[in-house]
Amino acid sequence: MFGWEFPPHISGGLGTACCGLTRGLTEVGGVSLLFVVPRAWGDEETAGISLMGANQIPVVYTRSVEKETWETVTEQIRVNSPLLPYQSPEEFWALKSRSYPKGTRFVEVTEAGTIPFTGSYGPTLFEEIRRYALVAGQIAISNDFEVIHAHDWMAYPAGIEASRRSGKPLVIHVHATEFDRSGGNINSIVYNIEREGMEAAGRIIAVSNLTRHTIIEKYRIPPRKVVTVYNAAEPLTEEEKKGIKKGITEKIVTFMGRITYQKGPEYFVEAAALVLSRMENVRFVMAGSGDMMEAMIGHAARLGITGHFHFTGFLRGDDAYRMLRMSDVFVMPSVSEPFGIVPLEAMLANVPVIISRQSGVAEVLRYAIKTDFWDTYALADAIYGLLNYPVLAHLFTERGKVEAGNLKWKNAAEEVLKVYRSLLEETFTKTDRT
Amino acid sequence: MKSLCLIFRVHQPLPLRKYRFFDIGADHGYYDDYTLENHMKKLAVECYLPATDLLLNQVSRYGGAMKAAIYLSGSTLELFNRYTPGVTARFRELASTGQIEFLGGTWSHSLACLASEQALALQAGNHQAAIRDLTGQTTEVFLNPGLLYSDEIGQMAANLGYKGIITEGARHILGWKSPGFLYCNPLQPRLKVLMRHYKLSEDLECRFSDPHWEGFPLTADKYFGWLLNGGQPAESIHLCLDLETFGHYHPASSGIFRFLDHLLYLINHSGEISLSTPSEILNSLQPVSMINVPNPLSQAGEERDASLWIGNDLQNEALNLLYGIADMVTATQDPRILCDWHQLQDSDHFRFMSENTPAPPLHHRKSPYNSPYEAFLNYMNILNDLTIRVKSHFSGPSPEEIIRNLKNRVNDLEKEIEKSKEEIHRLRKRKKGH
Repeated sequence: MFGWEFPPHISGGLGTACCGLTRGLTEVGGVSLLFVVPRAWGDEETAGISLMGANQIPVVYTRSVEKETWETVTEQIRVNSPLLPYQSPEEFWALKSRSYPKGTRFVEVTEAGTIPFTGSYGPTLFEEIRRYALVAGQIAISNDFEVIHAHDWMAYPAGIEASRRSGKPLVIHVHATEFDRSGGNINSIVYNIEREGMEAAGRIIAVSNLTRHTIIEKYRIPPRKVVTVYNAAEPLTEEEKKGIKKGITEKIVTFMGRITYQKGPEYFVEAAALVLSRMENVRFVMAGSGDMMEAMIGHAARLGITGHFHFTGFLRGDDAYRMLRMSDVFVMPSVSEPFGIVPLEAMLANVPVIISRQSGVAEVLRYAIKTDFWDTYALADAIYGLLNYPVLAHLFTERGKVEAGNLKWKNAAEEVLKVYRSLLEETFTKTDRT
Repeated sequence: MKSLCLIFRVHQPLPLRKYRFFDIGADHGYYDDYTLENHMKKLAVECYLPATDLLLNQVSRYGGAMKAAIYLSGSTLELFNRYTPGVTARFRELASTGQIEFLGGTWSHSLACLASEQALALQAGNHQAAIRDLTGQTTEVFLNPGLLYSDEIGQMAANLGYKGIITEGARHILGWKSPGFLYCNPLQPRLKVLMRHYKLSEDLECRFSDPHWEGFPLTADKYFGWLLNGGQPAESIHLCLDLETFGHYHPASSGIFRFLDHLLYLINHSGEISLSTPSEILNSLQPVSMINVPNPLSQAGEERDASLWIGNDLQNEALNLLYGIADMVTATQDPRILCDWHQLQDSDHFRFMSENTPAPPLHHRKSPYNSPYEAFLNYMNILNDLTIRVKSHFSGPSPEEIIRNLKNRVNDLEKEIEKSKEEIHRLRKRKKGH
């Protein structure tokens, strides 16, 4: 499996989903799993699986292998010094062009022969993705496996490369598409990477029917290749089940997620203002960070609700759970949400949730109020209702907890295994025929 | 000779408009008049006018042999008066023939019987008055929404002076007994209980135009055969169906009107079955035994109980709040508040909050809401507004407040006078200066 992040080093739902799925697969059993992230920190929760950092793989030693595949390889990795003393530039070029085939790329390596990765979403992201793919190819020929599974676009090139080098089938897992992230302003580089991945893959796993449709319609992928496997939520640990003491008597309404266009934070602010115009004893919390955070602070200030509106910044692990448990209502007004695991976590933490109809999780939840993201009046109405009609909140808390608890990673993992099996069968019949 | 008792129900709920919490205390218009008007006019054309015309024709054709009973809710009668007076006129005409018995019930098709005898008396009284106004008849047989009935409900109806009541001939109540006889209430043996033959009723109401039904296509001759040889012994068969069966549940193109026309022809010419009104059956037949119904019984769902209306916490909460203000509402004596309170008792509002999947024939009347929770939120917002109106009726401003307000007003006026004086002074000076 190739993924970009793994708990606790996460920036969103992707890492959580990857971790949940690996745990589910371990629980089902019969699978040995190698998970590759760009950078391993050493403190990942890797019960039952082996986690490998791409930054630990020496690529220098590729030389020995490369000879076998000399003809087929287009990307060359050389670390011997290109410096040739006492040559004129012309002579140097003539020499060099002879010793390296056309299209040769040079990659920076450390002294140990490994490639450094930051594993973040920094300015060198595209460069890192390319290098990640390089290492993936190396890992593919030095490990034994049957299926390659790549999570989200950062890992698609790695998956493609690994598949190409090993000849093993590729499954890609779409947690989000560029259409969800950008809201129309498609980054064509990302789109191309995504489409290449989807076309190269034998099977595509979408986290909801919403995403499945996007893949089929926007990326022109044949529907039979695309399978929906819903995400799930991790049950709470005993530690997390303990009650949290709330310091204030007011009700708390929480938004949790990256403060970006995709998550619809402005609708939450608008709805908050509407609710606050009718009731006093309620506080709104926006937990998370993102490029729209400053704009949201400004927006809240313009509406004059900052006295009851709080920004916490990004909350990690325990803090996020504490925030959820303190909440009386959880809101996810996402404009486009392929799945959305956080509402499930909120439901497990005994919090009634309101989700937008434009989220994948809405397809599987019954005990959640669903509104259209743009309808701030409906959203405000739902918040007001949950705060003021305790019987409704109670019903959602009780039934929601059961409902979310029934969405298990084990079931999701079983679905994923089915996908593997069908793909392997297909590959076998193909090889038999040829 | 077997008798056949045809009972037609006429009721349409008032659709509630989307009532946000901002509207609470600000806007007291609760109904979606636009939808309502269109809906009523459409129904009049496709169902009420042709159906009543058909009954009138039958009466003029067969004279005294043509008999039937109609339950017309008071609130729907008002809607006819408002939007389609032609329908009202036809009902009046039907009554004047003396061949159609009008049945008693609740004014707004309400669940008052589940709240208290007082509430039921109020509703039944209003309905009695409305029907007497229209037809000059005094209703003697009672019919609840969804044929809701229990021993206690029967006792209440008897106390209100009704001689009979119609309920569902459910198998779990009747056991081996046949619905084709007259039964009586164990608490008030004076009250006779007519059991609906649900199979034959639902054949028409729910299945008539269903091509997947084994009885399809249903001809009058086939149905007449079923009436004659109903399997179980019977002195009288009680069919109870919504009048909307004709033309609305099954469009005229399905042949439902011609079916009824021909069925009545067969009945009137066979000499084996005669038509009777419920009152005639009460007077001519002897009850064969008591029927014990300790828990509410209805025609709804597989369970045939009251869970469609009071099956979950939301419905119970709403019902408690609605009838909790009963005393205050009656004390206001404000006709508009009373009218709204009665309208809000409509059982359909509670049905929309049900989490049960709608059972036939109620699936014909789809909930306008996306989920039971939305229905609850909307209803509770309205109910809260009504509660505020009722309370404000009693709590006008206190004398101190009135005095304070007057003082403020005097101060304001004095200031204004002062200003005006200065203005006059200034203008005079200017004039002098010229």
